[in-house]
Amino acid sequence: MDIKSQISMVFHLDKCIGCHTCSIACKNIWTDRKGAEYMWWNNVETKPGTGYPTKWEDQDIYHGGWKKDGGTLKLRGAGKGKGLANIFHNPKLPMIDDYYEPFTFKYLELIEAPAMDDQPTARPISLITGKPMDIKMGPNWDDDLSGTPDFARNDVNLKKLTAKEQEAMFQLEQMAFFYLPRICNHCLNPACVASCPSGAIYKRGEDGIVLINQDVCKGWRMCVTACPYKKAYYNWNTGKSEKCILCYPRLESGLAPACMHSCVGRIRYLGVLLYDADKIFDTVASSAKDSDIIARQKEMILDPFDPDVIAEAKKNGILDSTIKAAQESPVYKFVKEWDLALPLHPEFGTLPMLFYVPPMLPVMASITDVDNTELAKKMDSKSKFWDDKWLYDTTTKEIFGSIEDARFPLEYMANLFTAGDVTIIRDVIKKLMSIRIYRRWKTVGDISEAKAMEALKEVNFTVEEVEASYYLTSLAKFGDRFVIPPAHREQAIEMLDNTGDAKGSMGFGTKITPARGA
Amino acid sequence: MNILDNFFFVALPYMAIPIFLIGTIIRYRNRKFSVSSLSSQFLESGSLFWGSVTFHIGVILLFFGHLIAFLFPETLLGFNAQPMRLLIIEISAFSAGLLMLFGLVRLLFRRMTNERVQIVTTKMDIFIELLIIVQVILGLCIAYFNTWGSSWFASSITPYLNSLFLLNPDISSVSAMPWLLKWHIIGAYLILIMFPFSRLIHVLVMPLHYLGRPYQRVLWNWDRSEVRNPNAVWEKQRPNNN
Ligand code: SF4
Ligand code: SF4
Repeated sequence: MDIKSQISMVFHLDKCIGCHTCSIACKNIWTDRKGAEYMWWNNVETKPGTGYPTKWEDQDIYHGGWKKDGGTLKLRGAGKGKGLANIFHNPKLPMIDDYYEPFTFKYLELIEAPAMDDQPTARPISLITGKPMDIKMGPNWDDDLSGTPDFARNDVNLKKLTAKEQEAMFQLEQMAFFYLPRICNHCLNPACVASCPSGAIYKRGEDGIVLINQDVCKGWRMCVTACPYKKAYYNWNTGKSEKCILCYPRLESGLAPACMHSCVGRIRYLGVLLYDADKIFDTVASSAKDSDIIARQKEMILDPFDPDVIAEAKKNGILDSTIKAAQESPVYKFVKEWDLALPLHPEFGTLPMLFYVPPMLPVMASITDVDNTELAKKMDSKSKFWDDKWLYDTTTKEIFGSIEDARFPLEYMANLFTAGDVTIIRDVIKKLMSIRIYRRWKTVGDISEAKAMEALKEVNFTVEEVEASYYLTSLAKFGDRFVIPPAHREQAIEMLDNTGDAKGSMGFGTKITPARGA
Repeated sequence: MNILDNFFFVALPYMAIPIFLIGTIIRYRNRKFSVSSLSSQFLESGSLFWGSVTFHIGVILLFFGHLIAFLFPETLLGFNAQPMRLLIIEISAFSAGLLMLFGLVRLLFRRMTNERVQIVTTKMDIFIELLIIVQVILGLCIAYFNTWGSSWFASSITPYLNSLFLLNPDISSVSAMPWLLKWHIIGAYLILIMFPFSRLIHVLVMPLHYLGRPYQRVLWNWDRSEVRNPNAVWEKQRPNNN
């Protein structure tokens, strides 16, 4: 057993309102620089949709992540052989246009335009060439546009759905979509680290944060290809790759990362998990089915209250304060205790350590065919009358009845979170639903206690667990949501040798102005 | 003429080698961040493939060709004793030169015409590119007009280069060479001088060590074995990740 600690995260998707505050907080701190304008270390996509960069989930296009090859694991689009063979030209590198061409507007023209008959306009100009351009794409171009054919119908996760299921969704999706905020997952088996020919990317032993040493990075761009989540970005100005640093300078001083701190929906949780690093390879390489990875990844995560685990952790140099943080970790509760959170696309094989509580809405409701001619007669002739016969039905005759004929086919959710395994996602959604049924009995009272208890029994939830998960979901305070292990700067002032900042620098990794490699 | 020969073939190399060595070391130590070749593939990929790959393959072949002639002249001469083998070497070297020239011209054209690539192009990039193009053209001309270079390199240039390294310069063989060849040698010294000041420096950070390392890398800032020891001084362990 090789116990390590990992700062990991849970995003509760039912709470995300798609406001992009997280993206802006991150952009203002880290990527508001030349060459980094197009990077969104934190981005929020509308699902179903094609995401950012366009269709990033389709590894037939981007060749990211791991694949099993006999008993071993191979990087799909990089690795020792492929990486060095393609060192002069990486055929699988996503291009700037797969993300979007960054732009701004010539605001000065608004002020300096001479008096004339027409309103002056601020023309868009490219942040690369500085020349006027037509904006064709943005980082959240599909925002709230799930209903449009361009985006939703091209969602990679729909590939495996039958034509009928797809059609059903396309009628309904015009009302139904959800948001998927994404940052680097700080994976346990990171493809970016493995793909770096220079060895510039590393995982910090203390907290598992994956970082790129800017001085060692030589700009071979293999990590951009290898990361299946497309969360390693190439800075075309400095010629180095960059990625989410989980705001480690903030974490080291006890602050939550900027995206999490600013999250309006309070969907984000951060805490320590203890895991057994010896099992990393086996978990991915010897899982029979892709969906088995989920359960096995959860098995790697260890109980921080178990005396054996604590003893072993201490032997491995994990501090008491970190163990304590692991015991209070909200992430441990969501992921291990309650089984409510799932990794995104576990089939990519990187063992992501950012977990999502899948959205229940709009699963809760289904569409019912009703006869509303009687209703029409009663209505004022002037009033707007909807002549279709569909009704948004939220009744729950059988407790979990509406899950199966939900507006989002479970298969779609399964393709996102459980490598296509519907049973796993159904169990999670049932649990989420049982929390609602229980609370509905408590607050609204139109569900009987017997029914609420029956719901809990069916998903193996105790009343204490339901109350605790309800508290953490809805009422949790800042300190409950973010349990940050102390970095003990009283002992070692900085964990990095130099975090000194220079004008124009990226605030991490180098003291001198990062003049590009001429 | 003798003064010029002495300057170009004795003084210039003795300037070039220290500039190359010291410049490279200083840049690597003090401005490590800049030690790379700024890739523009992210902005333009299609025509880069035909330029970059052909150029690099050509340059690697030619580099090792020259190196072998310098390090193992006897072996090479022995190998070349059969006319057929000599012919094969000559033709492949010439093709490598053509490949390199083709790649370079494409790269230069791309740099000059693509709007986005222009943005990340410096004057030094253009200068180096032109310098190497001239050098390749000189090399091709030599191969065409003064054939069997692989043999006469080994018998006349290698002794000259050896004499330089032995600090006992003997330029008798080079001063008798045709001007095409003299310029090719001067070009080589110029490239050596420009090496630490341009993107050429990326040659030295070829990631061959990648082959020998395990895929995953975990770095510790704390000394794991000492961190729980109350008597240990944390500062003792310098952070090793930056
Ligand atoms: S999400 Fe991508 S960049 Fe982040 S650790 Fe995983 S493989 Fe690396
Ligand atoms: S700030 Fe929070 S609620 Fe808003 S989009 Fe980001 S994750 Fe969602």
